[in-house]
Amino acid sequence: MQNTRSGANRRLALKLMGLTALMFGFGYALVPLYDVFCEVTGLNGKTGELSAAQAEAMRPDLSREVTIEFVTSVTAGLGWEFKAPSHKLVVHPGVVTAVEFEVVNREARDMIGQAIPSVAPSTAARYFSKTECFCFSQQPLVAGKVNKLPVRFVVDPRLPANVDTVTLGYTFFEALPGKAPPDKAPTPSGERLPRT
Amino acid sequence: MSEATAHHDAHHAHHAPTGIKRWLVTTNHKDIGTMYLVFSLIMFFIGGSMAMIIRLELFQPGLQWVDPQFFNSMTTMHALVMIFGAVMPAWTGFANWLIPMMIGAPDMALPRLNNWSFWILPFAFTLLLSTLFMPGGGPAGGWTMYPPLVLQLGDAFPFLIFAVHFMGASSIAGAINIIATVFNMRAPGMTLMKLPLFVWTWIITAFLLIASIPVLAGAVTMLLTDKFFGTSFFSAAGGGDPVLFQHIFWFFGHPEVYILILPAFGIASAIIPTFARKPLFGYSSMVYAAASIAFLSFIVWAHHMFTVGMPLAGELFFMYATVLIAVPTGVKVFNWTATMWQGSMTFETPMLFAIAFVVLFTIGGFSGLMLGMTPIDFQYHDTYFVVAHFHYVLVTGAVFALMAGAYFWLPKWTGHMYDEKLGKLHFWLSTISVNVLFFPQHFLGLAGMPRRIPDYSVQFADWNMVSSIGGFVFGASQILFVICVVKCVRGGKKATAQVWEGAHGLEWTLSSPPPYHSFSTPPAPATIEGGMR
Repeated sequence: MQNTRSGANRRLALKLMGLTALMFGFGYALVPLYDVFCEVTGLNGKTGELSAAQAEAMRPDLSREVTIEFVTSVTAGLGWEFKAPSHKLVVHPGVVTAVEFEVVNREARDMIGQAIPSVAPSTAARYFSKTECFCFSQQPLVAGKVNKLPVRFVVDPRLPANVDTVTLGYTFFEALPGKAPPDKAPTPSGERLPRT
Repeated sequence: MSEATAHHDAHHAHHAPTGIKRWLVTTNHKDIGTMYLVFSLIMFFIGGSMAMIIRLELFQPGLQWVDPQFFNSMTTMHALVMIFGAVMPAWTGFANWLIPMMIGAPDMALPRLNNWSFWILPFAFTLLLSTLFMPGGGPAGGWTMYPPLVLQLGDAFPFLIFAVHFMGASSIAGAINIIATVFNMRAPGMTLMKLPLFVWTWIITAFLLIASIPVLAGAVTMLLTDKFFGTSFFSAAGGGDPVLFQHIFWFFGHPEVYILILPAFGIASAIIPTFARKPLFGYSSMVYAAASIAFLSFIVWAHHMFTVGMPLAGELFFMYATVLIAVPTGVKVFNWTATMWQGSMTFETPMLFAIAFVVLFTIGGFSGLMLGMTPIDFQYHDTYFVVAHFHYVLVTGAVFALMAGAYFWLPKWTGHMYDEKLGKLHFWLSTISVNVLFFPQHFLGLAGMPRRIPDYSVQFADWNMVSSIGGFVFGASQILFVICVVKCVRGGKKATAQVWEGAHGLEWTLSSPPPYHSFSTPPAPATIEGGMR
């Protein structure tokens, strides 16, 4: 009797420990789940990426105008200058537009930057796509050099009718703190980020 | 308390270690229960002193006593100490003492694990409290540990993370033990639907612990690897998202609030029938209500973060799910009221605390409903209204239920009646002062005073002063509780086995104090039937 009971206790305890381990894993599973959720809903301004061909295939809607506002910021403590081409721009949905941002590293050393985009309102994020963006990869920022950073984007004509202004924000981070770009490589290199 | 229990040892004359070693190696559920309760009382006073510093600084506008960094570490540590150090271990202490006696078991199912789950705690809190003496100070970014702010913490950061890991391990071990005890150790005839509600609410709590604490452990581990090992779960620079942390944290955090309050429901369901001298109204609906609350607690987490930016559908879903919790909670409140209805009530200290619990917890529930409504929450978010709300449910809810339970079972545990006059004085001082302390915080919040700030605009001065005075009186009144407990342990009128005229249940069939080893042979099924009504 005593033995069967202690055996049962041990088995139940092991099962419950298994459940604990499972829930620990579930905490980690929330990370990819959240990414999928954000991608589907455009939550947190995660923007889409399109191939150039897909973008060209969109039917421009020349009767509609959408104002695109640009916001730039640099993480605190970094002596970088990061400028948008203008405060705002009026575009037609379905027409691919190219703009050029500018960043200068005013620190004494070479660094690597990574820009993270965000689109507001989040309901518009799904309909805002880029075919080319400096945010797709890490950027070598040689001290004092002016870097021209091109972006090509398109607004999907299916953008909800109540949205007439879309804000595109970029925040520049130091990607690998303390590291310099390898040999001043002229082409952007580095790890490709998901979902940008 | 050692005097009383040492006395039992003599009775049994077995070869148990004595002195400090007895407490270090004990596997007896009563000893471990006592250690949990004493530990939580110490933490209650440490966390309470932090609250006193907070109220002292907020007594007047301007910065008078402490610098803002220290103030912030006080609010952060007050929450961590009270939640993980005072309330959770206190419930585990009650569970240790009571569950084996309530279900007719000789001890907990896994006694050695039980010893471990207690002894992890002093280490966890040594780690946590030691951060206050480190360069850069203790954690000051809020108990919710939101990145990126928490990542700016200095040397204290890894200590905070590992302290949370230890606290979590302790409570998961406790939960596993309680589930194993209730599932495998019940006396023959003690069917699930005959369990006292305190046991029921604790099983549900234990499942909440096992399902939610590992998620918190995962979240803080991600913080740790983000800071030291180059991952970027929450760092936008590496493709992560700080808002993700809030989702993971509150997936743990909302079940956590029911971990703190569900055993309180069980206590109220034990005390109110005793002093109303009527059986509990709607036993099975109480069980189902507690289970529904537990289930709903897993699908409402984002109501803590309505303002971070969510699709409209999300805000609506979380609003409706949140407000839905009012239904099972309402069932409970109505059942307690119906239990008292036309009962022959007497108002001993445990009953006073239990009634105050029902009334004041309901006030906290109502302000919770207000906060649960998305459009209203945008105004109240991060104001003192939130502070008032969660202190009504946690202080006048969980802590009042703990006090009620302590007065209710102290005579059973110690064999002596506590000083009723002192107990009543403690009750009235606490109840009046706690309302003076927290009720004005509703007004402050509605007027727009933000939480977690050491200084405020002058228009908030009057109610802050009132609130602080209430705080000082409430803090001081708790010393009466300690005096009451110490007096009761040391002596007093002998308690009978049943202690209270209207008390029913297996623990009241044992002598007061109960023998060191109780129910070594299971109680007769007739006793179980007699204990239930």
